[in-house]
Amino acid sequence: MALPKYTEPHYRIWHYFYIFICSCVFFFLIAPLFVIFPLSFNAEEFLVFSEGMKRLDPDAFSLRWYHDMVYGTKNPWGLAAKNSFIIAIFATLGSVLLGTVAALGLSSRHMPYKGIIMATLISPMIVPLIISGVAIFFFMAKVGLAATHTGIVLAHIVLGTPFVVITVTATLSGFDHSVTRAAASLGSDPVNTFMKITLPLILPGVISGGLFAFVTSFDEVVVVLFLAGLDNTTIPIQMWTGLREQLSPTILAVATCLIVLSTLILVTAELLRRRSERIRGINR
Amino acid sequence: MSSETQKILTTDGIPLEESLKKAEKKNKIKAFLLVCPLLLFLIITYVFPIGDMLFRSVDDRMVTNMLPKTYKAMEQWDGKELPPEEVFEGFYLDYKKLVEEKTFGKLATQLNYEKNGFKSILKKLKRKMKKFEEGNYKEQIMAVHSRWANVEYWRALKRRAPAYSYSKYLKGVDMYENEDGKIVQVSEDRRIHKILWVRTVEVAFFVTVFCFLMAYPIAHLLATLPMKYSNLLMICVLLPFWTSLLVRTASWMILLQQQGIVNDFFVWIGLVADDNRPEMMYNKVGTYVAMTQILLPFMVLPLYSVMKTISPSLMRAGKSLGGTPFVAFWKVYFPLTIPGIGAGCLLVFILAIGYYITPALVGGASGTLISNHIAFHMKSTLDWSFASAMGLMLLSGVLAIYWVYNKLVGVDNIKLG
Repeated sequence: MALPKYTEPHYRIWHYFYIFICSCVFFFLIAPLFVIFPLSFNAEEFLVFSEGMKRLDPDAFSLRWYHDMVYGTKNPWGLAAKNSFIIAIFATLGSVLLGTVAALGLSSRHMPYKGIIMATLISPMIVPLIISGVAIFFFMAKVGLAATHTGIVLAHIVLGTPFVVITVTATLSGFDHSVTRAAASLGSDPVNTFMKITLPLILPGVISGGLFAFVTSFDEVVVVLFLAGLDNTTIPIQMWTGLREQLSPTILAVATCLIVLSTLILVTAELLRRRSERIRGINR
Repeated sequence: MSSETQKILTTDGIPLEESLKKAEKKNKIKAFLLVCPLLLFLIITYVFPIGDMLFRSVDDRMVTNMLPKTYKAMEQWDGKELPPEEVFEGFYLDYKKLVEEKTFGKLATQLNYEKNGFKSILKKLKRKMKKFEEGNYKEQIMAVHSRWANVEYWRALKRRAPAYSYSKYLKGVDMYENEDGKIVQVSEDRRIHKILWVRTVEVAFFVTVFCFLMAYPIAHLLATLPMKYSNLLMICVLLPFWTSLLVRTASWMILLQQQGIVNDFFVWIGLVADDNRPEMMYNKVGTYVAMTQILLPFMVLPLYSVMKTISPSLMRAGKSLGGTPFVAFWKVYFPLTIPGIGAGCLLVFILAIGYYITPALVGGASGTLISNHIAFHMKSTLDWSFASAMGLMLLSGVLAIYWVYNKLVGVDNIKLG
C-alpha cells in the first residue's frame, strides 16, 4: 500500500499508525499459537522458557513429551485419539449426508416456509453449547444412548449440520439451474442428474462443509463432557481434564499436533474455496 | 369470442394455469421432502429435548408424589402457625413409606434445595422414627429436633406442594415466593445470580466492543490490499479460526501465567516489579483477553465480506468533492459498512454470552459466567431442574438476539471463511 506522492505529512503519519495498529492486531491473533511450538520441545517440566532455551542450547530441547504422548503409561491419548477420529468421521458423514440433501431442498425456489426452516436448521450453531449439551444429554439418557459412541455421534451430527447447510447453500446460490434442466431434457433421471451434474459442481462446497463438521466434532468438549463415559474419552476431553488439573508439557505436544492438523485442514479448505469459485465463475 | 376459448390449454387439454399450479405444488413437496430428513432428525434429537428441558424446569411432581398424605392434610392448613396433628401424621406415614422404599434420600435432597437444613433433620427423624409410638405424632416429631417445631420448615414443605412451579425461574433471578404468596427478592448478601447475569452481559458486551475495535482496521486492510498480500494475511485470521478452542485457551494459559511471557515482558519494560507480578489469569482480565482473541475471526469475516463489496472509487469521489480523507471515511465508507458491523457484533455477542470453556479455564471465581453456573448445577449439585431453568432463561435471551440477527442479516448470509 504505497501512498501517493502528494500525501500530506499528517496523513502519512496516520497511515503508518494505521499499519502499526493492524500489525499489532495480527500479532495478537497469531502469536499465541506459536508460543506452544517451542515449549512443547522443552526438556524440563516447566511451562516457561528455561535459561537454556533462551540461549538456544540444544540440550534444553527434547522430544520427551512427544514420547510421553505416544508411549506414556498414564496417558490415554491413544484411546482418546482413536475415539476422536471414529466419532468425527461418522459425525462428518452423517452431517454431510443430511446437510447436503437439506441444502438442495432449501435452495429450491419452491421451498415453502424457507425462513423459519432455515433458522431452525442453523440454530444448533447459535444456541449456547451448554444448553445444547444439557438438552441432548437428557435426550440420550432417556433413550439409553448416554456414554455410547452412537450417542456422541448423533449429538455431533446435530452440531455439524448447520455448517454443511451453510456452505452447500452458499455454493448452490450461484448454481446455474439450466444445466440440470438440460440434463433432464436429454433424458436423464433426477438421481443420475444429481450424481453426474449437480454433485461434481457443488462438491467443493460439500467437502468444505464436511471439513467444518469434522473440526466441530473433533474439537467439541461441552456436549461430550455430558455424554462421555470412561470408554468414550476424546482428545478434547483429555485436554480439558489436563488443563483443569495440571498443565503438563505433554498437553503442549498434543496441542502442537492439533495445530499442524488444523493448518492442513485450513489449506485444504482454502484450496477448495478457490476451486469452487473458479468453477462457478466468480472472480474476486 | 367467449372466455372459454381464451383459456390457454396444454396439449392434454387441461388449462395451463391449473397445470402450472399442479407442477408448482409438486415442486414444493419435492423441495420439502428433501429437507424433511434433517428437519425430523433435528426435531427429535434437538428441538424436542429443549422442550423437555422446559418441562423439567417447571416439573415438581417428584415431591408431590412422595408426600401425598401430607399434602392432602395440608390443604386445610393456613400456614400461619404450626400445622395440626393430621399433617404430622400424614408426613409420618409418607416418610415411613419412603424409608421402607429407600427413596427418602431423594426427598432430603429436594427439600434441602428449598431450605437448607432439611437433610440433617430428615436423617435424624429416620433414626428416631423406629421407636415412635402410635398417635400424637406432632409431639414425637417435634421432639426429634427443634427445627421440626419451626413453622418455617413446614412452610417450605408446603411450597413444594404444587405439581408444577415456576420457583426455579424465580430463584434464577434471586427472587422467591414468600409466605404470603408475594414475590420478593432474597436478602442482599445472597443475590448471587443477579451478579452472574450482569457479569455475563458485561463480558459479552465488552468482548464485542474489543473485537469490533480490533477487527475493523484489519478487515479494512484485508479488503483494500492487493489479493496476493491479503490472501497471506487472511491465513492469520483463518488459522486461529480453524484451531482447536482448547489449544488457543491453553496458549493463553501459558502466556498469562505469573511467570509467563506477558508478565516477563511487562517486567522487562519496567511496567511492573519482578517480585510484584500481577495476576492476569483466573480473573476477568484472562477471560477478556482470551475471549477477544478467540472470537475475533467471527468479527473480521463478516466485516471483510461487506468491505470487499465497497468500491474504492466511492472514497475517491468523496475526496475529490472536497472531503478530507477522514470526512470521506466517516460520511461515505463507514455508513456502508454498517451491515457488516451489525452482523459481526450480533454474532460475537451471541457466541460470547454462552461461552463456557474459556471462562471455566482462565476465568477463576470472578470470571465465571452463567454457562459455568449451569454446568455447576448439572454436575455438582445435580439440581437439574434449576439448571434447565437457567439454561432456558439464557436461551430466550439468545433467541431474541438471533431473531434480530435473522431480521437484519438473514441466517443464510452467515459467512464461514
